Amino acid sequence: MADLKTVGTSVPRKDAIEKVTGSAEFIEDRYMGPMLYAKMKKSTVAHGKIKNIDTIRALKHPGVKAVLTGKEYPNRIGLYLIDRTFLAVDKVRFWGEPVAVVAAVTEKAAAEAVDLIEVEYEELPGVFDPREGMKPDAPIIHEDLANYEIVPIFYPEKGTNIANHFKVRKGDIDKGFAEADKIIERDYYVPQMQHVPIETHKAAVQWSLDGKLTVWSTAQSPNVVRQLLAKSLDMPMHKIRVISSYIGGGFGCKAGASIEGLLVPIAQKFPGHIVRIVFNREEDMQGTFTRQALYSKLKTGVKKDGRITALQYEMVWDGGAYTEYGVNIVRAAGYSSTGAYDIPNVKTDSYCVYTNNSIGGPVRGFGMCEMQWGIERQLEEIARELGMDPLEVRLINGMKKGSTTASGQVIHDLDYDKCLKVVADKIGWGKKEESRDGKYRGKGIAGLVKCPAQPSNAASSAMIRINEDGTAHVMIGATEMGQGMLTAISQIASEALHIPVDKIDIKVPDTDFTPYEWQSVGSRITYTCGTSVKRAAEDALGQIYRVAADLLETPQEDLSFDGKKVFSAKNPDLTATIREVADSCKKCTGEGIAGPIIGRGSFVPTNMTNLDPETGQGNPGLFYCFGATGVEVEVDPETGVVKILQLACSIDAGKAVNPQLCTAQLHGGTIMGLSTALYEEVRFDKGIMLNRNFTDYKIATIDNTPHMDSFIVETPETNGPYGARGIGEQPMIGVAPAIANAVSDALGVDFNTFPLTPERVWQAIKNKK
Amino acid sequence: MTEKLVINFTVNGEKEEKEVIIGQTLLKFIRDELHLTGTKEGCEIGECGACVVLLDGKPVNSCLILGVELDGKDLITIEGLSKNGELDRVQKAFIDHAAFQCGYCTPGMILAARALLDRKPNPTDEDINEALSGNLCRCGAYQEIREAVKASAEKK
Repeated sequence: MADLKTVGTSVPRKDAIEKVTGSAEFIEDRYMGPMLYAKMKKSTVAHGKIKNIDTIRALKHPGVKAVLTGKEYPNRIGLYLIDRTFLAVDKVRFWGEPVAVVAAVTEKAAAEAVDLIEVEYEELPGVFDPREGMKPDAPIIHEDLANYEIVPIFYPEKGTNIANHFKVRKGDIDKGFAEADKIIERDYYVPQMQHVPIETHKAAVQWSLDGKLTVWSTAQSPNVVRQLLAKSLDMPMHKIRVISSYIGGGFGCKAGASIEGLLVPIAQKFPGHIVRIVFNREEDMQGTFTRQALYSKLKTGVKKDGRITALQYEMVWDGGAYTEYGVNIVRAAGYSSTGAYDIPNVKTDSYCVYTNNSIGGPVRGFGMCEMQWGIERQLEEIARELGMDPLEVRLINGMKKGSTTASGQVIHDLDYDKCLKVVADKIGWGKKEESRDGKYRGKGIAGLVKCPAQPSNAASSAMIRINEDGTAHVMIGATEMGQGMLTAISQIASEALHIPVDKIDIKVPDTDFTPYEWQSVGSRITYTCGTSVKRAAEDALGQIYRVAADLLETPQEDLSFDGKKVFSAKNPDLTATIREVADSCKKCTGEGIAGPIIGRGSFVPTNMTNLDPETGQGNPGLFYCFGATGVEVEVDPETGVVKILQLACSIDAGKAVNPQLCTAQLHGGTIMGLSTALYEEVRFDKGIMLNRNFTDYKIATIDNTPHMDSFIVETPETNGPYGARGIGEQPMIGVAPAIANAVSDALGVDFNTFPLTPERVWQAIKNKK
Repeated sequence: MTEKLVINFTVNGEKEEKEVIIGQTLLKFIRDELHLTGTKEGCEIGECGACVVLLDGKPVNSCLILGVELDGKDLITIEGLSKNGELDRVQKAFIDHAAFQCGYCTPGMILAARALLDRKPNPTDEDINEALSGNLCRCGAYQEIREAVKASAEKK
């Protein structure tokens, strides 16, 4: 692949000018016509029966057009487990759950009317800790769990709060522990976090009298919104159009479908009007997906030489009130439960448990940050017990070519060792810095791995239209939420089509015009959409050669295309401009040869399988992306403040399609990881989310962003486009354990949870004394 | 009825006279009445900086200011930063350094950076950190933003 022209270069972002001039269109920036504004009435109890909803006063309020409750609109929706309704029906399961929605001619009138709705509840005992929720006498949150429709790769336990129990049984766990010289066992806890994209969730819908539903949404996946709405509303897909604008950050919280359907019955009452809902910051934090908390027990058996012989992992996830999406996070954490390490004997039980906390769901990392926190902390403890170097323990057990995952999948394309070594070298691993000015210094390292968690048949497709002048339009269904997809995908198209990247136009999707893409999640788009686009480009290029061969009356095999003209390698006189080929090509006699060129390509994985229900064995990974984080910290024992002195990150991108944007993703993920490591934790009091704004829920700002050193490793992905694999989520995974390992190194104190707030660190120092 | 006041102001170099609803925030006025949608809403309570505009050259969170306060003032929004089809240095540097991802915080970030550079043409890292600490970027482009602002400083 030495002669790549566009792939591997840092061309400027396709959305650059729009984004720096404020002209990039986000959904709220579109003037849409006659509008109605929607506001939600939200539950004031975490678990309770709805006795009565009085909407009379709200309906009479000036400007109000409609009020809708769950009783009138009990339709269900869900990605994997259909356990959700748009509005609570008969009972509420979390604090802040929408129980009614008001539409009015102004946002103000809608908000005022919401306050006039009176809801009577009969409060029920709640479940706020999933470990309590698993007990036989726990209050049941979804009485109908056994009757819910579910994708048959998940295993709910009838009559309980367990929405999924995923098992891994690899090798012989008893034998593995029997072989071990030491057994280490600890509990870990990872709290909930929030994505807080700066753009909140928004949606608008319009109903036409011909039965067409148009939806504008901040959703990461317009095709999934269309698919789930079609099912929920029993509508044919060609009557639903979902339009995606630029998205102001996703990080998983805008995956699947949620708020769009809330507005449909109101839109149906007012054809031609556009009914819009905009979540405010508090609604966004409390009413959308939250990262599931994880309570885990991890036990490893290890030989004196550092080789791990057995791993037993019990994970209890706080699925929250609805787990339509969360069940798959629990599954992914299960089948990946050895992290970046090759361990022969594994027993894992991963439980998704309903609680009356906010809805659990996908967040950058999809369970890997939470699950690998335990692994990467425990490796530190193993190293200490054995008196070994923590890097050495990682290198001994780390996956290599031919290693198997927890699910028994064999991995080929990786260089995990290199990922670890580059960050270790950068931070001066092995050189202990002395404490200065009474402050302690320490170094830590952590590895990471993730594959996309997607159904084995999650598909992708692309079309490329060649214009009369030889420029091109690439049409895809992936969304642009900052990751740089538009640019990377254009580069892949350019490379395969030989047309320069600045002559290629690409837009965000509209399901009426752009072809199918499952979801822009799981760091999969570069690979899946990239493969489709490469195939579409090859298809178009093939047509260019066929048409040119006819025109020039010469064999196709002799032809080359340089982006401007097609020419024969054998006869320099035989040449045709791309315009001559692409513009409804005809012979000199006037007889037509071919019409406009349209390339098409599609993709579905062929290397993935179902997993055995009892052992979890099989191939769930489309590709595996490895990386590492290295950190040096300075801890002030007086205040507990952790200062980051060095932060190095590496990722094995296979092939960085655009090195500058790849590095930007690597940095962005690392900063999000740092933010969760030091600051972020959603606090609940009996289901009530206490920190629902940026004052109470702090995220990293520029003034606490240290300098980062980044390393892109390139071990080609055999089936990825030009060897590329996705890297968007991965950089976040190793940061929290690397920082905790560094703080442990500095203080000789262990942490089984994060964030490492000054209070927590100071307390740990105090307890040690 | 909603009460309105007539105000006079300059927006992106043009003199304007408009009615403003009393009680409406400057952010809503800019987006809903002036239709300058480059100014973004992220929190409505002055925490995120997505709605930063320049008022008499100073960066302000437009969600915390009333529209009526625009009377007699000079307003610059992101739409007014490029002149005669030429991008501002800061805008160019943001592109060169990939200093944005989703782009939602970018208008506010760029205007806050512009205000810093107008005040301090050659800012240090600390100056940049301080001036932009009220602008949240969840994509985590901070390192690139810092580089972009430094690159748009006046050449020494």
